Amino acid sequence: MAHAAAIELEGLSRVYGERRALDGVSLALPEAATLVVFGPNGAGKSTLLRVLATLLRPSAGSARILGESLPDRSWAVRGRIGLLTHEPLLYGDLSARDNLRLHARLHRVPLERVDELLDAVRLHRRADEPVHTYSRGMLQRTAACRAVLHDPPVLLLDEPRANLDPGASALLEPLIGAESGRTRVLTSHDPAGGLAEADLVLGLKGGRQTFLGTPGDVGVAAVTELYA
Amino acid sequence: MSTVAGPPRVTPTRVAVGALLRKELLLERRAGQVIPAMALFAVTTFVVFRFALDTTSVEGDVASGVLWVTLLFAAMLGANRLFVTDHEEGGLEAFLLAPVDRTSLFVAKATTFFTFLVVLEIVAIPAFVVLLLEPGLPVAALGRLALVLLLADVGIAVIGTLFGALAIQTRSRDLILPLMALPLLVPVVISGAKATAPILAATGAGALPGRYLAVLCLYDLVFGLLAYAVFDFLLDD
Repeated sequence: MAHAAAIELEGLSRVYGERRALDGVSLALPEAATLVVFGPNGAGKSTLLRVLATLLRPSAGSARILGESLPDRSWAVRGRIGLLTHEPLLYGDLSARDNLRLHARLHRVPLERVDELLDAVRLHRRADEPVHTYSRGMLQRTAACRAVLHDPPVLLLDEPRANLDPGASALLEPLIGAESGRTRVLTSHDPAGGLAEADLVLGLKGGRQTFLGTPGDVGVAAVTELYA
Repeated sequence: MSTVAGPPRVTPTRVAVGALLRKELLLERRAGQVIPAMALFAVTTFVVFRFALDTTSVEGDVASGVLWVTLLFAAMLGANRLFVTDHEEGGLEAFLLAPVDRTSLFVAKATTFFTFLVVLEIVAIPAFVVLLLEPGLPVAALGRLALVLLLADVGIAVIGTLFGALAIQTRSRDLILPLMALPLLVPVVISGAKATAPILAATGAGALPGRYLAVLCLYDLVFGLLAYAVFDFLLDD
């Protein structure tokens, strides 16, 4: 693992009106490492990802991604991060190919990359059908293609395998898995699976950081207790 | 793959506008959510006016007023739909993740809306002539009518796009958009109607009042620049 910090957070908070969705999160994630974020529903996992994706401004504290400070240098981070959420962020009336070509143009990626990715996730046969006709798993595969289309060094993944069967999940491993070599922040509700792929583990509850450490330091029991 | 030290990547605005325009037109061709609604609304309104005014034909100021009120409300219908798909299907968020100047979305949406308005008028003007207008509009007058319509369309597209983007982030967007946009569009409607009235006069197409065209040009310029300057902030968290 390299030692340059790809993501550095110091006292990061995000407030929605009166509610603190994130409260003082601090961590440093090295380049090409994987941070797995655990926490029950409403713990602030998705908010954390949205702040890192530059979609939300931090209310307090500091966040640096790839050495760029948010939100002042957000523009410099966009294009170097990929986001995969519960929502596929695709136009239902457009085909997978049309959706991906749109993003290829927005990211200045050669259109051949779209065909490569559609082949990689075995969607080439239905690539010209509107995505509203796709199953949830097919949508997730298309969304994964969108997230990595521009080969981002940082990937933000919100329960990326939630709708995938084991076969589809295996197909996405080279794109979004540890072997992709990217710095990854992913949320999970699976203690054993999450710990297995983590270099660093963060526990959130009510927006607060309850633990941060290596999988060996944290252990399954602490993660399980988070959901009690 | 890029590394931590990799330079920021920014896509040129013209490339982003081209990509977004292509998407907008493709979506409208596939789903047809905006133009059919606007055109059907306009034609239906002309029919209603025909019965409400209890006349088979109108001319001059009345004809101009009927035409502009109908086009304005049809345009509001379109402006209300302009960002709905992007908002509901997450396309707006995906756009915000791209390394592009956010005003490229404004340019693409305003251009799309302008195109929709032109298509609306290609359908609505013949319907207006057949259903309501006093017979005898000279063919030569169509060029002058088109000039007024195009100048007004720029203003409507700019205001509609600006407030469409604002309204989509609120819960009652169907109410917010007309409440905010219609007062600002009054000068466009007044100038458009005043400039159009002589063209639709029964005595034959009159000359275009230059000062109303000048107002439309000035309005387009001022609000175009204003919208370009503030649009980025509308999309910010």
